[in-house]
Amino acid sequence: MLEHFFRNQLELGLAQATIAALAAMLVVLLARKRGIHLEGETLVAMLRGIVQIVAVGSILSLLLRGPRWTSGFLLAGMIVAAGATSARRAKGMPGAFRVSTWAIAFGAGSVIALMTWLGVIDTAITSLVPVGSMLIANAMNTNGLALNRFRSDVLAHVGEIETALALGAEASNSVSPYVQASFEASLIPAIDSLRSLGIVWIPGLMAGMLLSGARPVYAAIYQFVVLAMIFAASGLTSLVSTLLIRARIFTSAEQLVLQPGR
Amino acid sequence: MSTRPTSDSVILRSEHLGRVVANKVLVEDANFEVQTGEVLAIVGPSGSGKSSLLRLLNRLDEPTSGTVYFQGSDYRQAAPRELRRKLGMVTQRPYLFPGTVEQNLRYGPLQRGEILSQDALEELLVRVGLKGYASRNVANLSGGEAQRVSVARTLANSPLVLLLDEPTSALDEESKLEVESLIQRIVRDQKLTAVIVTHDTAQAARLAQRALLLAAGRVVRSGPINEVLHA
Repeated sequence: MLEHFFRNQLELGLAQATIAALAAMLVVLLARKRGIHLEGETLVAMLRGIVQIVAVGSILSLLLRGPRWTSGFLLAGMIVAAGATSARRAKGMPGAFRVSTWAIAFGAGSVIALMTWLGVIDTAITSLVPVGSMLIANAMNTNGLALNRFRSDVLAHVGEIETALALGAEASNSVSPYVQASFEASLIPAIDSLRSLGIVWIPGLMAGMLLSGARPVYAAIYQFVVLAMIFAASGLTSLVSTLLIRARIFTSAEQLVLQPGR
Repeated sequence: MSTRPTSDSVILRSEHLGRVVANKVLVEDANFEVQTGEVLAIVGPSGSGKSSLLRLLNRLDEPTSGTVYFQGSDYRQAAPRELRRKLGMVTQRPYLFPGTVEQNLRYGPLQRGEILSQDALEELLVRVGLKGYASRNVANLSGGEAQRVSVARTLANSPLVLLLDEPTSALDEESKLEVESLIQRIVRDQKLTAVIVTHDTAQAARLAQRALLLAAGRVVRSGPINEVLHA
């Protein structure tokens, strides 16, 4: 219907964005009726989202004309931003930003590098940056989930952890059940995505490939490839971040730093 | 528990021990000694720093001033894990690990690669009055039974000093008396040194020979139990 009113692609996009944002705000208003106030946070998040994605789109349009190595800088910038974003899920945990950035850099970075070297991801900026960003974004979400779960588990089990320490356990042993639970919980979305692929959802990448004329079977296989890479990147990120943060919540004398109210 | 300490040697000495967190004084300039084989009670009103002081003795928290000498050496020079094994702690709530009583008792020795023998396990259970409980799931224990398992689990590490943090305050009256007499028996039979934190002065009088009275993180009185409690 909108095509009848907007001939210009940019105007059409703005109109579509406005309608989608209104749908989101409708949900916020429904929530408000039930006493849940998300208005401010949602509005700011949506404004940030549109500004950020348009800015990235504009940068991409410039980069697409540049040399291939520039995509490395763009992906590195994304990793740092992802580290800062997911560190917010680990409030009160010492060194959360560093841990998150290193974990995402190792998890997503190593998968991107390996897959690019093997030729699974094309080195063209138009391929490397979007696919790489998908890996980084999912690694960020997984990292946030892992840290958030680990934090709440530790805070809920301070007594058990300190009892283990008092019995002579290594700091790493005293929190090992919570490291394991955080790792498993953080990977649930990635596992569910793989499990429901094609049945519950057809991801955007595949839809885009189909729209750009790729063969449906190849588009489907490549979508699986991307989700498997996402799983690998997310799993590695979660593994590294839970191991790194585990060491950060103890002093050198194996005293638990993360305590309620501290 | 009215006998005098069997030895005069000092096993623990606190020198100017203190801890301040976010400008809040938890413990300030605590100076005292614990003789080998004696039971020392730390008494005082709620929030006076009793548990904070005990956590410093076990080095679960780091002193911000002063230190503790354990067997004559600054305890910061010892490996924290080995120190905590020797200064065994029993907390107010038992915090048993999910699983069986046996798994809980084996936990401490396992941390240093030792397997608690079946005989030692049975002996510990007899000692805390829980013979035949080895395969019981800890989720099905009463409060008093759980605290007994907690005591046995600490004893499985063969500590030289027992640090007891309000070990009966979370129990009903009957369980409280049972656990108290268990502690009394263990300390007496094994000639263990013990430091017990309690807000119950009658309990302190029953268990300890000497006491420290704390107020606002400071030791305001120390000496023989009756003098401290009835001054």
